[in-house]
Amino acid sequence: MTNILLRAGHVTRRFGTFTAVDDVSMQVQPGEVVGLLGANGAGKTTLIRMLLGLIAVTSGRVDLLGGPPDRERRRRLGYVPQGLGLYGDLTVRENVSFSARAYGAAEPALPPALAGYAGVLVREVPLGAQRQVAFLAALAHSPEVLVLDEPTSGVDALARAALWDTIRGQAERGAGVLVTTHYMQEAQQCDRLLLMSDGRLVAEGSEADIIGSTTAIAVSTGDWARAFAALNAAGAPVMLAGRAIRVANADPAELAGVLSAAGIEASLQPVPATISERMLMLSRQARAS
Amino acid sequence: MTYSVRSATVRFGHVLALDDVTVEVPGGSVVAVVGGDGAGKTTLLRALAGEVPLDHGTVEAPPKQRLGYLPASPGSWAALTVTQNIDFVAGIYGLAGDELTARRAELLDRSSLTPAAGRLAAQLSGGMRRKLGFIMAIVHRPALLILDEPSTGIDPVSRIDLWRMASEAAASGAAVLMSTTYLDEAERAAHLVVLDSGRVLVQGSYDQVRAGFAGVITRTDEPVRAEWAWRRGRVLHEYWPRADPAAGTTVAPDLEDIVIALSLARRNAVRS
Repeated sequence: MTNILLRAGHVTRRFGTFTAVDDVSMQVQPGEVVGLLGANGAGKTTLIRMLLGLIAVTSGRVDLLGGPPDRERRRRLGYVPQGLGLYGDLTVRENVSFSARAYGAAEPALPPALAGYAGVLVREVPLGAQRQVAFLAALAHSPEVLVLDEPTSGVDALARAALWDTIRGQAERGAGVLVTTHYMQEAQQCDRLLLMSDGRLVAEGSEADIIGSTTAIAVSTGDWARAFAALNAAGAPVMLAGRAIRVANADPAELAGVLSAAGIEASLQPVPATISERMLMLSRQARAS
Repeated sequence: MTYSVRSATVRFGHVLALDDVTVEVPGGSVVAVVGGDGAGKTTLLRALAGEVPLDHGTVEAPPKQRLGYLPASPGSWAALTVTQNIDFVAGIYGLAGDELTARRAELLDRSSLTPAAGRLAAQLSGGMRRKLGFIMAIVHRPALLILDEPSTGIDPVSRIDLWRMASEAAASGAAVLMSTTYLDEAERAAHLVVLDSGRVLVQGSYDQVRAGFAGVITRTDEPVRAEWAWRRGRVLHEYWPRADPAAGTTVAPDLEDIVIALSLARRNAVRS
C-alpha cells in the first residue's frame, strides 16, 4: 500500500534488558489525525524516535513514506517537538527563514498574529506565539507527514483552537498527522487514538472505543469530606468532581462496604469512565501483572 | 475560614498583570484558576501567598507558617533525596522526631513515592517530582494550599494522583487554590476561575458557569461569521452572543466552548 505515510510493523526496542516498545504495529494515512496517548514511560517517545529514524529498531520494521526513514524521506516530514526546537537568540523571522532554507522551501509570510513579532527574539515572544512560529517553521516545506509532541501545551483555549485549525488544515490538504498528547481535550480533536501502556499498544480507535464498557463509580453523599477520607484510606483511586466523588476502577459492592462501615450514607452509580480513568485502570493492571 | 484576594490590581512596569480580580478560597474546597500563558495565574497565586505586592486591593491569607506553596518550578532540590527534601522543609516548620517520621511515611505512601524515598530528586520522573513538591508544600498541614500548575506536562495517571492528593487536603479542611492549563481539571473543581489577560473572564462552579452562559453555540462546516468561529475536531463551532443563530445545529457547550466564546466576545468587543 503506497498511501500509508507512516507505518510500524511489530516494532520492538530494547535498552539493555528493558523493553521500551514491545511489538507495536500502527499506521498513519493521508488526511487523518492520529493521537498517541500513554502515561510517562509508556514508550511513546521511543516509538516516535524510531518512526523518525532517530534510533534503530531492535526488531520489526518502520516505513516512512514507503521506505526506511532516511535523510531523503525525512525532508518530507515536519516535526514540532515539545520544546519547540526554536532558536531563542534569533528573531521570529530569522527562525522561520533558517528553517525554510534548511528544507529548501520558500520563506513563508508571517501571519497577521505574528507580524508584530517579526523582529523580536523568540525567547521574548509569548508562548502561544512561539508555538505558532514552530508550526510555521515545520510547515513551510508542506510536509507529507507531520509529527507533533504536545502541540498546544500551556496555551489558552482560543490559541489552542487556532493551532488545531492549522493542524486540521494540514490533514485536509492530505498530510498524515501524528500527535502525542497528555491533554484529553486535545485527544478528542483527533480522528483516531492509539493508547500505549508499558511499551505495548493496548487500545486503538475512537474515544468511545478506548473507553469501551469501562465505568467509574459516582458517589453521591451529603458528607463528601468524610466519604472521601474513608474511600481514600481504603486505597480506592478516588477523585473529587465538584462536590461529587468519582472512583475509577472499583467494585461498587466493595465501596458500599467501606462507606457503610464508616457509617456514611451514599448512593453509588456506575458512570462512563473518562480516557484518563481508563488509562489509570490499564496502568494499575500492568503494575499488578 | 475563607481566604481571598479582592479587587486586586498588579502592574509590572506597563503590563497590567491583574486587573481588578476578586477570588475567594473557602476552607474545604478546591478552587481552580485556569488560563493560558500570560493570563495572570501565577501573579494571582503569588499575590495570595504574599509574594507580590498589590497596586490596589486586599489579600486575606493565613500567616506564612500556615501556608503551603508549590511554585511552578520543580519545588524541590535536585541534589537531595526525596526524604532529605521532605525533612528539610519539615524542619523549617518545626516538625521533627516521631511526628515527622509518621507524617513522612503517610505522605510517601499516599503518593506512591515510598519506593523512591532514597532517590535523588534529580532522578525522579516529571510526575514523581511534582508529587514530591506537593508533599513538601503540605507536610505541615497548611490551612491554605497554593499549587502553581501542579499537573502541567505530567502524564494523565500522575495527574489523577495529584488531583486526589489536592482533594484529600480539601477533605481535611484546607483551602486549596490551584492553577492549571487543563480545562477538564478545572471542571472538577468546586469553583473555577477563568483568567484572560489579567481579568476574570468567568467564575463559579461548573454548573453555575454553564447556567450563566448567554447566547447559543452552533456546530457548522461553514461559519457565517469567521471571527466568531473556532475549530472542534472535524467541524467548527460558532458563537451567537444574542442567541440568534442564522445557521448551524445548536450544541450543548462544554467548558472549552464557553471559555472560547467568552474570549472571542471580549476580543471582538475590544476590537470594534
